[in-house]
Amino acid sequence: MKPRIAVFKFASCDGCQLQFLNAEDELLTLASLVEFAYFTEARSRALDGPYDIAFVEGSITTPDDARRIIEVRERTRYLVTIGACATAGGIQALRNWSEVEQYKRVVYPSPEFISTLSTSTPISEHVKVDFELWGCPIDKHQLIDVVRSLLSRAKPALPGHSVCMECKRRGNVCVVVARGEPCLGPVTRTGCGALCPAYDRGCYGCFGPADDANMEAFTRLMASQGITGMDAVRRLRSINGYVRPWRETADAIAKNQNQND
Amino acid sequence: MNEPLKLKKAALQDLIDLLRREEFKVLGPVVREGSVAFHEVREVSDLPIGMRDAQEAGRYRLTPGVDGEIFGVVNGAGSLKPFFFAPHEILLEVRREHRGFKVRDATPAAPRLALIGVRACDLAALAIQDRIFLHDKFRDAHYEARRKDVFFVAVNCTRSAPTCFCVSMKTGPEAASGFDLAMTEMEDGFVVRTGSAAGERVVSKLQLPTAASEDVAKARARIDECASGMQRQMDTSDLPHLLYDEVDSPRWNDVAARCLSCTNCTMVCPTCFCHSVMDVQELDGNMSRRVRQWDSCFSLEHAHIHGINFRPRIHDRYRQWLTHKLASWIDQFGTSGCVGCGRCITWCPVGIDLTEEVAAIRAQRGKH
Ligand code: SF4
Ligand code: SF4
Ligand code: SF4
Ligand code: SF4
Repeated sequence: MKPRIAVFKFASCDGCQLQFLNAEDELLTLASLVEFAYFTEARSRALDGPYDIAFVEGSITTPDDARRIIEVRERTRYLVTIGACATAGGIQALRNWSEVEQYKRVVYPSPEFISTLSTSTPISEHVKVDFELWGCPIDKHQLIDVVRSLLSRAKPALPGHSVCMECKRRGNVCVVVARGEPCLGPVTRTGCGALCPAYDRGCYGCFGPADDANMEAFTRLMASQGITGMDAVRRLRSINGYVRPWRETADAIAKNQNQND
Repeated sequence: MNEPLKLKKAALQDLIDLLRREEFKVLGPVVREGSVAFHEVREVSDLPIGMRDAQEAGRYRLTPGVDGEIFGVVNGAGSLKPFFFAPHEILLEVRREHRGFKVRDATPAAPRLALIGVRACDLAALAIQDRIFLHDKFRDAHYEARRKDVFFVAVNCTRSAPTCFCVSMKTGPEAASGFDLAMTEMEDGFVVRTGSAAGERVVSKLQLPTAASEDVAKARARIDECASGMQRQMDTSDLPHLLYDEVDSPRWNDVAARCLSCTNCTMVCPTCFCHSVMDVQELDGNMSRRVRQWDSCFSLEHAHIHGINFRPRIHDRYRQWLTHKLASWIDQFGTSGCVGCGRCITWCPVGIDLTEEVAAIRAQRGKH
């Protein structure tokens, strides 16, 4: 029997699961190797578990999500989060710094019908996660590599070093040193292939924090470039803003700023 | 033989044309995105004529230079390293067969390169890489395939960047060996010396005249001036022992608080050779490629062995890098791992300067 793969969606934009369908060259091979038992973006047939691999996109934002992810975990051998939302809480985690009830009243004519949590949280805050794919969206090659590795019972290679290493391997000219531009590359996890610096702009951190990121040193680097206070906070509180090292750094800068005001 | 010759500025194009006719791919410093790197050069005008570089710790800018000066830009982030020790390469391919498997060595088909505008420190760094990759019977076939038959046109430095300290490391500013031709730039041309039989052949085809003795003296004076005016220095007299003795220096914590562990210094260093090797499978599971890519002692994974990471702190990793580069390298390879090119200083986003770190460790020696 072919290994059964499921792709689940929580609060997200669908861009990450779309990477399966974007993998045009590999799609036929993939379909011959695995059975897509549950992938509603690609096919309407939906089979119950158990699943060998469940890819989970999106963050937990409703009471129903919080129940559903536990069911997914129970039916799954390897649970792999895909993307910034599932792995870090996503851009929607900005709500974690605001009053959700207030938004509800402003946005919806009948807020009483909205059932939502006051936070957006990553999957790992709710259930055990086996592997995490970062990125907004995820990288197609990493996705294929995870499938292949798990089929071969090998540990997927998901490096945690900085974007800078890949940036230099590609021969990009550093935008920080040569242009004085902001770049989150030194504290961001590799995986994108140093895409933004290759197009002559700084990294904005869509793959989340690198291993052992030195946020204090990075905060000083930003300050030396004139990026301080809420400007620095906004750069960190973005797609992956709720993930620990960036959240704590941004919170500390924001607190400092408030005290100074 | 080997008397200094003169190449007029206009004749530099003849040199490029000749090398191209001899089926070399000619590379030289070319402006890209605010810096220079070695790229293909067909015309002299591809070179950064009339430009210079302004370098300091953590900062690099190209600036207007001296009219007509061809090699006014000292260097950029890109050294010669990627041309021989590739940033990313396939070492071999393993294909599943009906019974068993077949291994194919993926030795690269390397173009014949001619590199123009190579500096003394670049050549010194290459000699160190040769010592690593081509030592005795332990020869790296991929490095060797790219390295053989390369034609080097060195340019002796008549101007250094403020980040350069080759005089301290005894590698420059004049190219001592490893070149086919070495040129010193003057207003109207170059004083040229040959360094190999291949170089001799090229100058005889170009029919270069002997350089006038005033030109030779002027070229000498320019190199000497560059050497005596060099701003950065590193005292190497107590190396390697200083760093072994100071394994507990408080300075390691100090630098670790500033260091991002971003790996930029090791990527731009022309002698750093750390790499990782991994097997990457095709999706169908019938083929696997063994890939080698640049790695760094600043990455956490690099010190990860079964069950433990033996350099968990940035403190451990910076100390590893500096101590290897300037101390244990000497025990291991008989030479320092640093040629004083200054790249790690300029291209460190937070401007950490190894010459300053060594001086600070020395200043605190035994006082803690
Ligand atoms: S451009 Fe950004 S990612 Fe690239 S080396 Fe510089 S800081 Fe690192
Ligand atoms: S370190 Fe010396 S040889 Fe290298 S570029 Fe600077 S002056 Fe030239
Ligand atoms: S010394 Fe500079 S370039 Fe090197 S890892 Fe530290 S911050 Fe990065
Ligand atoms: S350690 Fe720094 S100065 Fe020395 S060779 Fe490497 S990059 Fe150049």
